[in-house]
Amino acid sequence: MVAIKETVDQVKGLDVEEYKYGFVTDIESEKAPKGLNEDIIRFISEKKGEPDWMLESRLDAYRRWRTMTEPTWAKVDYHDIDFDDLYYFSAPKTKEGPESIDDVDPELLRTYEKLGIPLREQEILAGVKTSKIAVDAIFDSVSVVTTFKEELAKSGVIFCPISEALRDHPELVRKYLGSVVPVSDNFYATLNSAVFSDGSFVYIPEGVRCPMELSTYFRINEPNTGQFERTLIIAEKGSYVSYLEGCTAPMRDENQLHAAIVELIAHEDAEIKYSTVQNWYPGDKDGKGGIYNFVTKRGDCRGDNSKISWTQVETGSAVTWKYPSCILRGDNSQGEFYSIAISNGYQQVDSGTKMIHLGKNTTSRIISKGISAGKSSNTYRGKVSAHRKATGTRNFTQCDSLLIGDQCSAHTIPYMDAKNRSVTFEHEATTSKISEDQLFYCQQRGLNEEEAVALIVNGFCREVLQQLPMEFAVEAQKLVGISLEGSVG
Amino acid sequence: MLSIKNLHAVVDGQEILRGLNLEVPAGEVHAIMGPNGAGKSTLSYVLAGKAGYEVTKGSVTLNGENILEMQPDERASAGVFLAFQYPMEIPGVPTLTFLRQALNSQLRTRGEDEMSTPDFMRLIREKSAELKIEQDMLKRAVNVGFSGGEKKRNEVLQMAVLQPKLCVLDETDSGLDIDALRIVSDGVNALRSPDRAFVIITHYQRLLDYIVPDKVHVLSKGRIVRTGDKDLALELEDKGYAEFEETAA
Ligand SMILES: Nc1ncnc2c1ncn2[C@@H]1O[C@H](COP(=O)(O)OP(=O)(O)O)[C@@H](O)[C@H]1O
Ligand SMILES: [Mg+2]
Repeated sequence: MVAIKETVDQVKGLDVEEYKYGFVTDIESEKAPKGLNEDIIRFISEKKGEPDWMLESRLDAYRRWRTMTEPTWAKVDYHDIDFDDLYYFSAPKTKEGPESIDDVDPELLRTYEKLGIPLREQEILAGVKTSKIAVDAIFDSVSVVTTFKEELAKSGVIFCPISEALRDHPELVRKYLGSVVPVSDNFYATLNSAVFSDGSFVYIPEGVRCPMELSTYFRINEPNTGQFERTLIIAEKGSYVSYLEGCTAPMRDENQLHAAIVELIAHEDAEIKYSTVQNWYPGDKDGKGGIYNFVTKRGDCRGDNSKISWTQVETGSAVTWKYPSCILRGDNSQGEFYSIAISNGYQQVDSGTKMIHLGKNTTSRIISKGISAGKSSNTYRGKVSAHRKATGTRNFTQCDSLLIGDQCSAHTIPYMDAKNRSVTFEHEATTSKISEDQLFYCQQRGLNEEEAVALIVNGFCREVLQQLPMEFAVEAQKLVGISLEGSVG
Repeated sequence: MLSIKNLHAVVDGQEILRGLNLEVPAGEVHAIMGPNGAGKSTLSYVLAGKAGYEVTKGSVTLNGENILEMQPDERASAGVFLAFQYPMEIPGVPTLTFLRQALNSQLRTRGEDEMSTPDFMRLIREKSAELKIEQDMLKRAVNVGFSGGEKKRNEVLQMAVLQPKLCVLDETDSGLDIDALRIVSDGVNALRSPDRAFVIITHYQRLLDYIVPDKVHVLSKGRIVRTGDKDLALELEDKGYAEFEETAA
């Protein structure tokens, strides 16, 4: 049909250079020499003043990593990464670690201002319209500032960079670090365990409902620098926390590596809600540059009646390889995965989740919305398994794919594995296209083509958008529209 | 208001409109009747600018402005509204959100200020009450799971909110029971005004008992073949369209 052809032509004219966060901050940085060896690891560990056991653990990971090879099973295709041509540590130069916001380089503060991330507590307090959100801002390999620390400390909540936690709460970190994602879990996780730079540490004491949203904002600035963030969240018995991470990077022609680990531990009756809005630079319209986003995220519902919920809005990165998962160990524990993955241009996404049911009467829910446009490839890969003893287990999975144009692709790869008979697994999958008639209907009411696409896609993603904390839902909705700009019209 | 001159339009390589002429002055309601396949819906899509409906000859102006050069959304903002024969579903988008965005997009395109939330809510409450639309329906996704009657009432609600200059209604009466027909007709009649024109496409005379037209045109084989007053509709009801199918051949 004429109309379909027109859409295809429009998609050809797409322009992913519209990336709005692509500026570079001009700031002096201190780097470890390029490449990776035991000396570099000692350098990183020493820079952070870590305890000996941490250094030993890093070295052990490094030695294992040397014997491992990159996984190839994901449906993504990218240039070989030369791990010796990367910087593994880069920090903005400051006298000492910043004590307060006033010690932070104004150039950095301007960067976060441009990104719309409020770091000055008094400004946040003065603003009546926004509710309070504590932010840990991570710039390349280090945390530059964490807000509302004192206020959180009043309720016993620890929210700080993980390098600080290693100094101030080493026993807690030692107890939990690597307890969900073991050192030898996978190639990128092992690499991260050797060289991880910074990330957030969150500890919610027993019975405490965290008084505000916590969030970490990751920014890669330096060229040829890998970012290896490490986040650890522990929710003690009966506690609750909602946490959000956001990410952006400048536009650069080279690819940049981001290999993170996030570990969540929920004890009895505790609940962790983890949301991600990932908008790393996706590369230009010819597929040049962009972030390689190879991330291991896993939550452990360790106690009975605990709950972990992952919500992700993935719009950026050249290549995404990411499967936020739940180990449902405690009886009656619940795991949730709500995902929106948008790919445009030459982006490649292979993402999904694993729900590992070990405890009795555990339940999980997976809602995945994949939107592909341009020449992108978008794969949902999920695994739901029930252990022999995990009787009464239930899973509901729904995977919906939406295609824009006809040069992109969507794939759904669900694995199911039930080792006992009292298991209920339900799986639904749909693939649809934005219809010309739907677009025309919206346009006839006055929406231009881009507004119409954004509206229809937001409608398609609604169930997932509703899971985001209110403060971020509106932003995410806009981001959905922005990341599809140029996919038609 | 609306002036169509010698309009030819091709769909899928086939000429469907073949020299259509039509003048609808402001303040008037014109009915277009005709046999199935005559090109009635095609005319409505050509006016609204649907992709794939190619105008090969002729002109269409709205208040002297050539609308054929405009994108569909620009035509909408210029005041062209089409009540669809088969309104589309938009899953996940609440009807209220859709209405709000449509209205604000049009206001922006016309360089006017967007409507404030309280003003918008007041407008919606008033218009939906007139059409006996429950608030609950406005929260549901656009046309998803709507009954035939709800879909048509929703079309008229959108028309009432957007306040277009030219309203084209394509078989708005189809699938309506008598009560729904009365509600929808009352809604349309409430919108009649000296600076608005209506083109009412229908297959049946019944609707015209409620929305009384100033003129009735018969469309057959892509042309207006006869024009009369409202009595022409009654005559057609009596005799059917057989006569026109032959004469236009
Ligand atoms: N999208 C289309 N593709 C091919 N033919 C079409 C299309 N739309 C309409 N037609 C043809 O155009 C003619 C007029 O159709 P239509 O305008 O729907 O008539 P009406 O509304 O008067 O019943 C019919 O012969 C129909 O088959
Ligand atoms: Mg028709």
